Amino acid sequence: MQITMTVNGEEYTREVEPRMLLTHFLRDELGLTGTHWGCDTSNCGTCSVLMDGDPVKSCTVLAATASGHQIRTVEGLEVDGVLDPVQQGFSEMHGLQCGFCTPGMMMTARALLDENPNPTEAEIREAISGQICRCTGYATIVRSIRWAADHPAAATHTEEVAS
Amino acid sequence: MATTEERPIGFGRMRRKEDARFIRGQGRYVDDVNLPGMLHGAILRSPVAHARIVSIDTSAALAHPKVRAVITGKDLEAQNLAWMPTLSYDTQAVLATDKVRFQGQEVAFVVAEDRYSARDALELIDVEYDTLPAVVNARRALDPDAPVIRDDKEDQADNHIFDWESGDRAATDAAFAAADVVVEQDMLYPRSHPAPMETCGAVADFEKVSGKLTLWCTTQAPHAHRTVYALVAGLPEHKIRVISPDIGGGFGNKVPVYPGYVCAVVGSIVTGKPVKWMEDRSENLMSTGFARDYVMRGGIAATRDGRITAIKVDVIADHGAFNATAQPTKYPAGFFNVFTGSYDLEAAHCKVTGVYTNTAPGGVAYACSFRVTEAVYLVERMVDCLADELGIDPAALRLRNLIKPEQFPYACKTGWVYDSGDYETTLRKAMERIGYDELRREQAEKRKHGELMGIGVGFFTEAVGAGPRKHMDILGLGMNDGATLRVHPTGKAQLGISVQTQGQGHETTFAQIVAEELGIPPEDIDVVHGDTDTTPYGLGTYGSRSTPVSGAATALVARKVRDRARIIASAMLEVSADDLEWEKGRWFVKGDPDQGATIQEIAMAAHGSIELPDGVEGGLDAETVYDPPNLTFPFGAYICVVDIDPGTAEVKVRRFVAVDDCGTRINPMIIEGQVHGGLTDGIGMALMELIAFDEDGNCLGGSLMDYLIPTALECPDWETDFTVTPSPHHPIGAKGIGESATVGSPPTIVNAICDALAPYGVRHMDMPCTPARVWEAMRGNAEPPQ
Ligand code: FES
Ligand code: FES
Repeated sequence: MQITMTVNGEEYTREVEPRMLLTHFLRDELGLTGTHWGCDTSNCGTCSVLMDGDPVKSCTVLAATASGHQIRTVEGLEVDGVLDPVQQGFSEMHGLQCGFCTPGMMMTARALLDENPNPTEAEIREAISGQICRCTGYATIVRSIRWAADHPAAATHTEEVAS
Repeated sequence: MATTEERPIGFGRMRRKEDARFIRGQGRYVDDVNLPGMLHGAILRSPVAHARIVSIDTSAALAHPKVRAVITGKDLEAQNLAWMPTLSYDTQAVLATDKVRFQGQEVAFVVAEDRYSARDALELIDVEYDTLPAVVNARRALDPDAPVIRDDKEDQADNHIFDWESGDRAATDAAFAAADVVVEQDMLYPRSHPAPMETCGAVADFEKVSGKLTLWCTTQAPHAHRTVYALVAGLPEHKIRVISPDIGGGFGNKVPVYPGYVCAVVGSIVTGKPVKWMEDRSENLMSTGFARDYVMRGGIAATRDGRITAIKVDVIADHGAFNATAQPTKYPAGFFNVFTGSYDLEAAHCKVTGVYTNTAPGGVAYACSFRVTEAVYLVERMVDCLADELGIDPAALRLRNLIKPEQFPYACKTGWVYDSGDYETTLRKAMERIGYDELRREQAEKRKHGELMGIGVGFFTEAVGAGPRKHMDILGLGMNDGATLRVHPTGKAQLGISVQTQGQGHETTFAQIVAEELGIPPEDIDVVHGDTDTTPYGLGTYGSRSTPVSGAATALVARKVRDRARIIASAMLEVSADDLEWEKGRWFVKGDPDQGATIQEIAMAAHGSIELPDGVEGGLDAETVYDPPNLTFPFGAYICVVDIDPGTAEVKVRRFVAVDDCGTRINPMIIEGQVHGGLTDGIGMALMELIAFDEDGNCLGGSLMDYLIPTALECPDWETDFTVTPSPHHPIGAKGIGESATVGSPPTIVNAICDALAPYGVRHMDMPCTPARVWEAMRGNAEPPQ
C-alpha cells in the first residue's frame, strides 16, 4: 500500500506492506537508523519518536497508521546546526553510556519539556518510566533533562560537543 | 556554559568524545549496517527443552518466493560446522542435529530477501520432536535417574561438568570445630540475564574472490572471536575481519560466540551475499549468555565476641545445556574463590560443582567479574547472618574484621594477593555520609510503630583485570592486551587498543591516559577500537579488565613514545638526553626551562629532516603488549536504606550511598556513571530480575513483560563518594570500576531487606525480593524462587 508521512519536516511517499512497523519504516525505508529497537513487547522505549508532538513507541505503530501524520525522530532534534537543549543536556550531564536508549529517551524528554518546561524530579522520572536504560541508572538522565529545562535556549554549542 | 568544564589535559572530568554522534542518532550499531544486496536471516528455535529430532522438513520454506536458503544441522554437519567450541573447552551445537537440549535452541536458519519474509518462512519449517524428560533443577541434575543431557559426548554418563576446590578443607574444618559460633545458610543466587538494550546480531559479508570475511558483530571481544572463527570455520585468520561497531550495552552478554553469528557467516558463504541476523528480545533472553545460577550452602565461624575465623561454601553451579561460560581455563568457577571477601580469616574452603541442565547455555556474565558477584553476595550475606546470630551491629562486625591497611599486600586464604586497600576509612566514610547512627535511631523509633525500615551494609573486594598470562588464558589465549600509538607530524595522535567499548567511554578515557602521559590534549587523540584489521591483538572488554589491562598498555605505550621523544629532543636541542627533564607536554634542559621542545615540535622533528643519533629511527610511533603481574582489587563500602510497606510487602530503596575505591581516577564523571549503572543492576537483581523455568523447562522470563528491569521509578537518586588507594603495580595506579557496583549492591540491598524483616524473624531470603516473595517471607515461608 502507499503511504505518505512527514518526517522531520520532509514529506515521504512509499509503497509498503500493510504490516510494516513504523520503526522499520524509519530505519529500513528512510535510513533513519537513529531510532532503535529493543524488545518485542512495547516495554523498552528505545523506539520512541514523536507523532504530532506526542511520544509514541514506533514498534507499536504501523507505518500505515502514521500515514498522514507528522513524525519527529532524533535526527530532527538538531536544527540548522543548533543542538536541542536536551541533546546538549545529555552530553553535559553524562545522560548516556552506550547510547542505545538515548534517542528514545531524548524524544520523550523533548515531549515532556514541550508540555511542562519546568518539571520536578518526580515528574521527569514519571515521564521516562516507559523507557529502559540498562547503563546509566537514570540519575544522570534526570539531571540531563533538568539541565535542558534550565537552559531552554542553549547556546550554539555544536562545535564543542562535536570535538 | 556553566557546566562546561575546562578540558583537562589528562585526568579529570571531561564530557565524552563519543557523545557527539550518539546524541545526534548517528551511532552505528550492527543493525544500522546495511550493505548492497544484503539478505536477512532468522533462526528457527526449539519449542521444547529436551527432545530428539525425528525429522525436519524445509521444503515449504524453500518454496517461499523470497527465501534464498534454508540451513539445518545436517547441512552444517556435512561441512563439519554443526558443533563449535565454547570458550570453556566444551562444544555447543550451532544448529541441532541429534537432539535439542534447551527451549530456544537453534534448529534451522533461513535466509530471505527481507526481515519479514525470513520470519514468515520459519513458520513453514516442519520439525518433528520426540520429547524427553527435562532436567531443570540443578540440585537434581546429578540424581542417578536424571536423563543424560550431553549424550553427544563420549564418556559422558551423567550431567557432571567439573568439581573445583580452593582453600584448605582440613584447616577450615578445624577452625569450624574450634569456633564458639557457627552459622550456616543456604542461599541461591538466581539466574538472571544481562539483557543489554541492543540484542545480539551480526552482518556477515564473505567475498568469494578474495576469500575475505568481514563480520560486523555485537562482540565485546573482537580479536578472540576472530580466532574462534578461524578455528571453527577453518578460514585463515588473516582473511577474517571482525568489526564490533557501536555496541548497545554488553554486560558480558556479548562475550560468547553465538550460533546466530556462525549461521550468518554460513549464510553469506552459501548465498554469496551479505547476510544480516538480529535476534529479537525473546531470543536474547531465552538463548544467550545468562548469569549466576549458583546454589550455595555457606558457613561462617567466629568467636563469641565477633572475630570471624573461617568461611566455607559448597556450590552447585548451573551451566545450562552447553558449558559456554567464559572463564580463564584454570578457573572453571571464575574467581569465585575471592569469597573470603574483605576480612582477615584463619581458614577458608570452597567447592564448586558444575552441572548440565536443559536450560540456556552459559553462566557467563552480567557484569560479574568472573563470579566475584556470587562470591561477594555469599560472604556479605553470611556476615550479616553472623551479626544476627551474635546480636552485633553489622557495620561494627565488619569494622572488627576488615583487613587492615598495614596488612597489604594481603595473601588471602584461597591464594589471591590483594594489592592495596584502606578498608576501614572507606567504610567509615560511607557510614558518615549516610548518617548511620542517626538511621539506626530512626529505625528503632519506627519499629515501635510497626514500620518496616531496613539498613543494609555491604563491603566488597573485587578481583579484576585478568590477567597474568602464566595463570590466565581463554582457549589457550593469554589474557593480555596490546596498544599502538601513532603520533602524526603535527602532534595529533591515534591510539589503537584491543579492548572494545559498549558504553564505558573508552574513546574519552583512553585519550585521557595518553594526554596525562604525553601532554597531548585528549581532543587531539583519536582512539581506534573494535576492528581487528586496525587494532592490536587482545582479549577484549569484560570482567572490568579494560582499564587494568589495556589502560596499563596505553600508559606504557605512551611512555615509550615519551622516551623516544627524549632522544629526538636531545638531537633538536643539541644536548645529551640525560640533561633533559620532562614536564607534561615537553622536554626541557635541566636548569634552563626556557630551552625545550613540546611534544608537538618533537613529533614534527621526528618526521622531519633533522639528523638523528645513530641507531635511532624516525617517527614517534610505538606499540606494546601488557601482561599484568597481578589482578587489581578495587573495593567499596555500600550502605542503603529500604522501607517495606507492611500492607503490600513492596520494597522501596530510599537511599543508597556507594563509596568506591578504584585507585587512580581517570574521569570521575564516567566512574560515577559506571557506578550508577551497577547499582541499578543491584536493584534489578535484588528486587525483580529472574529467569525461571517450569518443570518442563519452559523459560518463564522470555520477554521484558516477564523479565523485569528497573526503570527510573525504582531507582533512588544515587549518592556516590570515593577514596583513592592506588594499585601499586599498575602503571597509573588504576584498578577498574565497571563491575564494582554490580558486585557490591545486591547483598547490600538484601541485607537491608532482611534487616527490615528482622521483626518477622527473617534472617535470610533469596532474591528477587518481589512483593509476593517478601509477603511470603513475612509469613515464615522464605522458599527460593527456583
Ligand atoms: S522496541 Fe521496545 S518499546 Fe519499542
Ligand atoms: S545508555 Fe545504554 S541503555 Fe541507556
